[in-house]
Amino acid sequence: MKTDVLIIGAGGAGLCAALAAKEAGVDVKILTKEYPTRSQTCMAQGGMNAALANVSEDSIEAHIANTLKSAHGEADEEAVRYMCSEAPNAVAWLDSIGVCFSRTKDGKIAQRTLGGASAPRACYAQDYTGLKILHTLYDRCLQKDVEILNERFLLDLLQKEDGSVCGALILNIRTGEVEHHFAKSVILATGGYSRIYDKYSTNSTASTGDGIAAAKRADAKLLGMEFVQFHPTGLKNSSILISESARGEGGYLVNSKGERFTNELAPRDEVSRAINAEMQKGEEVFLDIRHLGEQFIDENLPQERKLAKLYENVDPVYDLVPIKAVAHYTMGGIEVDNKSQTSVNGLFACGECANHKVHGANRLGGNSLLEIVVFGREAGKSASNFTFCDDKSRSDYECKKSENFLNAVKEFTNEINFYEKRESVGELFYKKVGIVRRQRELLEAQKEIENLKELLPMMGVKDTKKIYNTNLTEFLEFRNMLDVCKAVINATLARDESCGAHYMEAE
Amino acid sequence: MKVSIQREFDFIEYDVDMSDATLLEVLNKIKIDQDSSLAYSSGCRSSVCGSCAVRVNGKEVLACSYKVKEGDSIEPLKNVPLIRDLVVDMDKALETNRRAKAWMKECDTSAQLTPENEFVNALQSDCILCGSCYSACPVYSLNEAFLGPFALTRVWKYVSDKRELDTTEKLETIQTNGVWDCTLCNECTLVCPQGISSKADIEKLRMKSTMAGYTDPNFANSFGGGFSFDGSPSF
Repeated sequence: MKTDVLIIGAGGAGLCAALAAKEAGVDVKILTKEYPTRSQTCMAQGGMNAALANVSEDSIEAHIANTLKSAHGEADEEAVRYMCSEAPNAVAWLDSIGVCFSRTKDGKIAQRTLGGASAPRACYAQDYTGLKILHTLYDRCLQKDVEILNERFLLDLLQKEDGSVCGALILNIRTGEVEHHFAKSVILATGGYSRIYDKYSTNSTASTGDGIAAAKRADAKLLGMEFVQFHPTGLKNSSILISESARGEGGYLVNSKGERFTNELAPRDEVSRAINAEMQKGEEVFLDIRHLGEQFIDENLPQERKLAKLYENVDPVYDLVPIKAVAHYTMGGIEVDNKSQTSVNGLFACGECANHKVHGANRLGGNSLLEIVVFGREAGKSASNFTFCDDKSRSDYECKKSENFLNAVKEFTNEINFYEKRESVGELFYKKVGIVRRQRELLEAQKEIENLKELLPMMGVKDTKKIYNTNLTEFLEFRNMLDVCKAVINATLARDESCGAHYMEAE
Repeated sequence: MKVSIQREFDFIEYDVDMSDATLLEVLNKIKIDQDSSLAYSSGCRSSVCGSCAVRVNGKEVLACSYKVKEGDSIEPLKNVPLIRDLVVDMDKALETNRRAKAWMKECDTSAQLTPENEFVNALQSDCILCGSCYSACPVYSLNEAFLGPFALTRVWKYVSDKRELDTTEKLETIQTNGVWDCTLCNECTLVCPQGISSKADIEKLRMKSTMAGYTDPNFANSFGGGFSFDGSPSF
C-alpha cells in the first residue's frame, strides 16, 4: 500500500494536515486507531484564540505577549508569532467550511475571555467548540475525498537504511492482520499522553502517546516532556472535566471547612497546586457554584450540571461538587521546527503529539485548538513539499527490516495483569511525577518504570483471537505509555528548577 | 449485580459488585477482573465522542451515561455489521454522510450570521455520530440504501445554514433513498443522546424539497391517497 503523504491520527490536526496536503495536489491517506470524530479534539470546550477584537480591543501583539508569558521562556517567539498572526485566517477558514461559531448580536463571531488572556479572544461554538470544529473538518474531508482508514493501530514507523521514515507498520484492529503502509512522508498527529496518569486524567482513554513512543523508537528527538498541564477541576471520582467557565462565571473553590483558599482565576498550574496542598493537609476540595442560582446555571453551565449529576451524583445547584486537579494536556512531544519537520528525515508531526514550541511550560486555554489548525495545515503543506523536493524519497520505498513487536508479544507470558499495572503507573505518576515533584520521588518512579519495562514480557495478552482484540491493542498502548513515562521522568530529572507546570520542591 | 452481554454465540451473564455505576464502568470492570476478551468501544467517558453506543434491553444508549440496573441485557447496535461482541463496523453507516453530500458546498463569506441564524441549526451540530438513531431506524430492514437519520440531520444543518449558497445539489441528492423513505416513526428522536430529532429535520427537508419543486413519490404513486405506507400523511 503506497501513498505520497501518510497521516497517522484523525483528530483536528490530522484532518487539517490531510486537507492541506490534498490541496497541494498529493495523494493522502489517513489512518486512525479510532474513527475521526471520536478523537480527543471533540472534548475541547473553551474555545479557539484569535485576536479578532470582535467584542473589545485586542491585538495580535497582545495574543503573542500573553502566550509567551504563560510559556515561561520555553516557547519560540517566531513560532508563537506565526501562530498568533495566522489565527484570524484560521478562524475565517473554519467559518468558511461551515463551523457554526457563536455570534454577537451584530453578526460577528462571539469571543470570551479564558484564563491568562488580556482580552476576550476565544471564539467558541456554543458548548461544544472542539466537537463542532472536528465534525466540520470531517465533513470537509469527505467532500474532498480524503481516504480515511479507521481502526488501524500504529505499531512502528518504517525506516530506510539511512534512518529516514518511509511508512508505517500498522495493525488492522478489525482483522488482526499486519499491514505495511509505505509513503514518501509521514505525519504523526496521534495526540498527547495524559493517560499515563490513568484515572487521574480528563482525557479520552485513547490519549496514550502512541505516536510519541513510536517516534522515540525511530530516534526522533522529544522536547519538553516534563510539562504536563493539570486542570484544577476534574470530578473527584471520574476525573471528568468541569470546564474552567464554572470558575470564570464566579464559582468558588472551598475545602472541607467551607473556606476559600486560593484565587480561583489564577493560572491553572497555580490553582492546581493550591488544591493539591489542601488535599495534602487531608482536606477535601469542592467547587461551589450554588450562589450562582439555578436559572444562571441552567443557562450558562448546563453541561457542568449534567456531568456533576451523572458522574458525581451531586446537583451543583444545591450541593458542593467534589473535585481534584488532574492531568489534562501535555505540552511536551516530538520536537519539530516551524515547518513541522521532526529531527528524522521524512517524518513530520502536528497537534498535541508535537512540540511546536508555542505552549512552552504552560499552555494557555484556547491555544490548543488554534495550534492544531495552524500547524496541522502547516504540517500538511510541508510533508507535501517534501514529496516534491526530495528526489531520494521519490525513487523507492525500500525500508530496512525491523522487528515486529507483535511477534515478540506472541512469546510473552501472562503472569502479571497489565491492567493492574496500568492503574498503578497512574497512581505512581500522580503521586511522584505529578503537580509537585521532588527529586527523590522522581528517582523512585524512574526505578519503578524501569522495573515494569523489564517485566513487560510477563504481562502478555490473554485473548488470543485475531479479530478486534482490544486486550492486545490495550497492551500495545501500555507498552507505549511505559516508553513515554520513561521519557517524561528523564525530562523531569534533567530540569531541577521549577518552570511553569513543572514544579520542583526542595526536599 | 448481574448483567448479561451478547457475546459471540450467546448471552453471557456477569456478576459485578458495583452499584450506581455507568455501563461503561461495568464493562471496564468485567474486562479487567473477569474476562479480558470482552470487546467494546469507548473513548471520552463523558458523552461527546460517540464511541460507546450499545443497546440495553433493546434500546440504544451511550454506555458512559447509562446507569446499569440489575438484569440488564446488553447488545450491539443494529443495522451495522457486527465485528465482535459489542463492537460494530460503522464505516457503511458513516458513508451515508458522503452519499448525502453533507457538507458546505459554496460558502457566502460575506453573509452575516446573527444569534438567531446560529440557533437555527445549533442543535443539529451537536450530533456526536454515535449511530444510535441509525440502529433504531426501522427503514433499514426494508431499504439498506436509506440515507438515514444522522446524515439527513447533517444535510439539514448545511441546507439551513445562511452561508450555504448552493443547496440544490443536496436537495437533489436526498430525493432518492432520502427524505421520502422515512416513515416519520420518531424512533431516532427517542434514542438520541443529544436530544436531536432527525424526524423533525427530515420533515423540514421535505418542506424545503417541496418548495424547490420536488414531489413526494409516495403521494404521486398512490392516486388520491396521500398517505405513505405506514398510514401517516406525507405532505
